[in-house]
Amino acid sequence: MSFKRFLALFVTRNKEFLRDRSSLSWNILMPVLIVAGFSFAFSGDIGKQFKVGVINETSATIQAKAFLNLKHIEFYSVDISDSAISHSIKKVQRHQVDMLLDAEKQQYWINTESPSGYLVEKILLGSDKKTFKKQTVSGKQIRYIDWVIPGILSMNMMFSALFGVGFVIVRYRKNGMLKRLKATPITAFEYLSAQIASRMILIMVVTAFVFYGTHFFVDFVMNGSHLNLFLVFALGALSMISLGLIIAARITSEETAGGLLNLFSWPMMFFSGVWFSLEGAAPVMQNIAEIFPLTHVTAAARAVMIDGSSLVDISYHLIILTVQSVVFLLFGAWFFKWD
Amino acid sequence: MATDLLQIKNLVKHYPSVKAVNGIDITLQSGICFGLLGPNGAGKTTTVEILEGINHATSGEILYKGKPLGDQFRKEAGIMFQSTALQDYITVRETLEMFANFYPQHADLDVLIKRCNLSEYLDQDNRELSGGQRQRLLLAIALVNDPDIIFLDEPTTGLDPQARRNFWNLINDIKSEGKTVVLTTHYMDEAYNLCDEIAIMDHGKIIAQGTPKALLEENFNDVVLQLPKAELKDFDLSPYTTHERNGHIEITTCNVNEVISSLIENNISLSLLQIRPRTLDDLFLELTGKELRS
Repeated sequence: MSFKRFLALFVTRNKEFLRDRSSLSWNILMPVLIVAGFSFAFSGDIGKQFKVGVINETSATIQAKAFLNLKHIEFYSVDISDSAISHSIKKVQRHQVDMLLDAEKQQYWINTESPSGYLVEKILLGSDKKTFKKQTVSGKQIRYIDWVIPGILSMNMMFSALFGVGFVIVRYRKNGMLKRLKATPITAFEYLSAQIASRMILIMVVTAFVFYGTHFFVDFVMNGSHLNLFLVFALGALSMISLGLIIAARITSEETAGGLLNLFSWPMMFFSGVWFSLEGAAPVMQNIAEIFPLTHVTAAARAVMIDGSSLVDISYHLIILTVQSVVFLLFGAWFFKWD
Repeated sequence: MATDLLQIKNLVKHYPSVKAVNGIDITLQSGICFGLLGPNGAGKTTTVEILEGINHATSGEILYKGKPLGDQFRKEAGIMFQSTALQDYITVRETLEMFANFYPQHADLDVLIKRCNLSEYLDQDNRELSGGQRQRLLLAIALVNDPDIIFLDEPTTGLDPQARRNFWNLINDIKSEGKTVVLTTHYMDEAYNLCDEIAIMDHGKIIAQGTPKALLEENFNDVVLQLPKAELKDFDLSPYTTHERNGHIEITTCNVNEVISSLIENNISLSLLQIRPRTLDDLFLELTGKELRS
């Protein structure tokens, strides 16, 4: 292994990637756009669990005022005209509003088939507070956006690793660049090491950029150690780049490579717990998901970011990612052909 | 005194459906330009790729400086493939620096850049190079390790006449330094002007080998008279060996005076008459029966 040759390949590959503006922009923009989309979609005030229309809000009785001061219920005023009241009653019938309350006359309408209406009614009528002893807890709410961001970061890493290495190697093989390199003293190990190192660093820099950029705008939960998260992503990137090497080891057609890379990446994207939890999924699906590196990167990153897990807590995922990286790397290097 | 640089003994390469190289022997002395010619599918690319270490022989032996091809050969050989892609978004200077760093010792890049006329394009992206500029860069890459032996695979294909001539000058420059050049080409004039020795391959075998001059003298003692076809429409060509090419009739003869006398007797205008000696094109046609550039 010559460090001089490794460095020459590494530096050139980095320059090539950084100067390819469209590819670079896409690598950074895609996860930001996804996160921004989710952030926008879930930006509503999800603290308001119930919706109540209020007639005669200004002349509410003392008992009604106590109810109107409750938190987590969205109150809105309803005009006292017959048509407005009739319209609001229809909304109750359609489950669009949980209750319609006349705050002056102290009467209300609920839909007997609506569970939310039932609960609001119980809240309105109150309960015997002496029966139960109140215990309080506090904590920041975990929103879906907090839960999904570790997966999105991992998924973006997967695409960058698989396509960034796999596709590039196949393109170089097809256009004869690898054949030219074969005619130099460069060894396959030096070439592949440089490709892996280059992509690793680029993935980590882009991921860090996306992580901090998104955090600035969305303010997602990060309860764990940044260093632990770095290690999870580094190991995840290595395992997925190595998987890309296997796919690209011998293929000479970009079309075939594209198909194969999609064949690997799409199932991983849907069945690795990026978008939804696999806890309730069929056991077969859970077992299949265990094979995917993306499952372990996502689970480990989520554990660090949301639960503040230590390396010991996520050691199961780290061990699997390490084993996968070594196996994929050895097989990819052994299987590799220059032309 | 010239020494044997490369020895190829009974080289064979069989693919499942074709015998690409079928037992060839070549000995290359250092400091010469050796041309390997042949029609498409003759086996010359396979042969050269085996010599370059890119392809593996089915059987046979190749010795470089008396030893089997190995690390020493990789370090001392320069290779210019016919079609090599260069990395996008990388400049000419960066490409040369990258290849230079692959070798323990490399040529002085400033000298190389000047020699290959790359000074004006050093900071240009590889994607923006013209055909001629690109070929000069590929040649510079082949020379970056200051090689003892250089393989040039159809280096002037696709270049305009001026660029071709410039490229020939570069190759002559390399030859003058005592480096050994192995050239494959489709252009017979290129082989004639650059090569000290040529081998013509067909069906995986070498069918003729020697200096261009010796091969022509060995195979021909006649010349070619050339006239437009329209001029000869009333002339009886049956006593002569003729060949039609590009709207002209070529009469091959050992006795020019007799043919010209006959043409004059038949009132054929000689104003467009051309007489030329036999060329490697003719030799190639004679030996392989194929047009080289087809």
